[in-house]
Amino acid sequence: MKFNEKLDIREILKDLDKYEPRRRGWTWREHVKNLEMSGNVYSDASKPLKNSVPLPAAKYFNNIDPQPIQVITSEIASGRFEDDIRRMRMAAWHGADHLMVIRTAGQSHFDGLIEGTPQGIGGVAITRKQVRAQRKALDIIEDEVGRPINYHSYVSGVAGPDIAVMFAEEGVNGAHQDPQYNVLYRNINMIRSFVDAAESKKVMAWGDILQIDGAHNANATAMVAWKVMPELMVQHAINSLFSVKAGIKKENIALSTVPPTAVPAPDLKINLPYAKALRDFFSEYKMRAQMNTKYMESSTREATVTHVLNMMISKLTSADIQSTITPDEGRNVPWHMYNVEACDTAKQALIGMDGILEMVELKDTGFLPEKVRELKERSILFFEELLEDGGYFQAVEDGYFIDSGIYPERNGDGISREINGGIGANTVYERDEDYLAPVTAHYGYNNTSQYGLKDGESPATLIGGSTFEDRSKIQYIDELDPVDNVNTRLEEKEKYINSNIIKPEVEWLADGVVVIDITLPTSVRYAEAAALKIAENMNLLESEVIHKEILHQAEATRIQVKGKVDFDIDLNELTLAEEPDILSDKEIKEFLENRDIKIVAGTVGEDEHSVGLREIIDIKHGGIEKYGIDCLYLGTSVPISKLVDAAIESNADAILMSTIISHDEVHYKNMKKAHEYALEKGVRDQFLIIAGGTQVTPEIARKQGVDQGFARGTKGQHVASFIVKKLKEK
Amino acid sequence: MIRRSTRQDDFEKRRQHIKDLTDEQLKERFWELAEKTVNPLVDLAYKNTSPAIERSVVLRMGFSSIEAKDIVEKTIKHGLISKGAGHVIYRLSQLNKITIRNAGLSLINNQGWDKVKKSFEVSK
Repeated sequence: MKFNEKLDIREILKDLDKYEPRRRGWTWREHVKNLEMSGNVYSDASKPLKNSVPLPAAKYFNNIDPQPIQVITSEIASGRFEDDIRRMRMAAWHGADHLMVIRTAGQSHFDGLIEGTPQGIGGVAITRKQVRAQRKALDIIEDEVGRPINYHSYVSGVAGPDIAVMFAEEGVNGAHQDPQYNVLYRNINMIRSFVDAAESKKVMAWGDILQIDGAHNANATAMVAWKVMPELMVQHAINSLFSVKAGIKKENIALSTVPPTAVPAPDLKINLPYAKALRDFFSEYKMRAQMNTKYMESSTREATVTHVLNMMISKLTSADIQSTITPDEGRNVPWHMYNVEACDTAKQALIGMDGILEMVELKDTGFLPEKVRELKERSILFFEELLEDGGYFQAVEDGYFIDSGIYPERNGDGISREINGGIGANTVYERDEDYLAPVTAHYGYNNTSQYGLKDGESPATLIGGSTFEDRSKIQYIDELDPVDNVNTRLEEKEKYINSNIIKPEVEWLADGVVVIDITLPTSVRYAEAAALKIAENMNLLESEVIHKEILHQAEATRIQVKGKVDFDIDLNELTLAEEPDILSDKEIKEFLENRDIKIVAGTVGEDEHSVGLREIIDIKHGGIEKYGIDCLYLGTSVPISKLVDAAIESNADAILMSTIISHDEVHYKNMKKAHEYALEKGVRDQFLIIAGGTQVTPEIARKQGVDQGFARGTKGQHVASFIVKKLKEK
Repeated sequence: MIRRSTRQDDFEKRRQHIKDLTDEQLKERFWELAEKTVNPLVDLAYKNTSPAIERSVVLRMGFSSIEAKDIVEKTIKHGLISKGAGHVIYRLSQLNKITIRNAGLSLINNQGWDKVKKSFEVSK
């Protein structure tokens, strides 16, 4: 696989019936003690990647891309797994190594496995073919980035054990499994859920699949989210201990924990004590830090800040897996770029807080430990009353869970389920004395002695090995629906697959969706209507306002509108901007062996910015001094006349003027001024005038009369190349 | 009975018996209570089975999801689920001296049920 080539979905789908996963089980990142990258030393970083896309600022740091120690999750499920595969590759290149696939709406009530590749809603139909295709794609992607990637989905609903078996056979690495999720949020019968869960967990244990629980949903569901904190610890404990008893090792049990509240509440004052209490009680288990989504609105900025605050809690306590919620999740099924943004946010924040616990520590007196203690006691009191009142099932029936009061406070608004009600009620059967299941990883009573097996002998020996011993026994189903499948979808998109024809996209190939960001000098209601009118005038189809933000009630409103374009772009008909013409270091140095070059430089106007220009000049940043160019640096806020006069006096070959402030086009005005001042003095042909700055467009700069303009991202080499070429022409 | 009650926060009153426990004792108490809550659930799972569990067994014996669903539904219909659907297949393969796969396919074709039931002494 070459990284400049697209994944070929058809190639991935080929020979899937013969595909075998390369490994079983979960992989953690490899910690590197005191990792050094380009002069920086990291305390909590992991082994760097072979290929990745670093953060934007990395270009100032030799493009290093330090990876945090936490496994980073990206949840990807657009409904079309074939498009999700491409997004998985994007996420992996931005640091995700735990790719989680959400199931299509309704799968948890489907009694059995779904087969084929039907399109999903709000998720993907999790089938053997789909799982195989994605695992196979991830094999390719993990080789490309140079780090194992964990693949994850859900073992829940009324077909939990079926799915667990399929996952174990197909090398799925992580899964959500928590019978309480079935009971509380899917109204699946509680007896059935717990009986099924033991089997699912035992199978997951065989597959070395990391388990994540479902307690975080309580937070997203409760009327007053943060008040469920004592109950959350109870839910975590029930699932964790039940899992241990079903055979999962503790290091493969991760708590899905969410900081329960968000700003404008005092985030850390509520979330940190809870995080600490939880980690104290569950010190032997793993932590999967999930983001708060309860208060997520359409502002991607706000969601990102919540995300970062949540990660501060991860760093101040602990997190083995750091989840990322795409900042657009509050307004739509996540889009490509937001998965990538969320991965970058996690990487940036976690690396930014590298080594924080070597510098600060949590206080062991005062507010924090008092709150921690209180939460622990409240959770114990919850358990006590639950047992007094007849145990877990009775407690669920009595509406103990998801009550909006902070226990023991009760508001009487909890979720209540009948013990003998819900989907799958009365479908549990007591095993007879001669009950048998002749397979590996079966939980519970299993009378194998009736067929002469001794204690400890695998029941599967009776049948010459199950699919867990002999994968050739697995029956692979390709497709069941002749229309609703991946082949049909690919045919429909044929024109755009690996061709020169492209269209904008946010989730599916050629979906045509674009977003426009508009600020209008009016109130929200007018702005909303005006924005839709603008979209219509721009010929966007199916336009919809996805975000609105009051800048001021009367002065202005910001609106984001999504819409679709109905035209294609042919790459062969495009004219590409010229790539910068750079000389090699050797060519530049050779020129300077025979001739000296002198420049004068400064930031002009009322402008105190100096970093950009210093980077172009300074030898330590790889600036033009390294070639032996003689640089006279005049500083910041240098008057134009002074710069030109200095060039005359020192007989310079070039002026390097830095122009960062661009308000009212002052940067271009200064360029023009420099050019004209040199003309007036009759010296314009004696030296080059070169202008640089973050807001500079080279073409417009040249129109002001300067010889060249340089924009964001310019390096000393670019500037030196230009000077040398120009001097050669002379 | 479903009862959802309301109650003021009486934390101070309720905590009296645990307020003097050390943090370590508190943690022990938490896990003891978790153990007491979970044990009956574990016991329940140990003694019972379900259609999903039986399908998962049949899948592991080398049948497709469609075949597994069919076999398990028929096992329930014939009153044999308490023996285990996998057990039914295994028993038929033993009785007829055929492979597991062929035994399962026979059952899907409604063959062999009476023989299996007779051997289990199930009359339904």
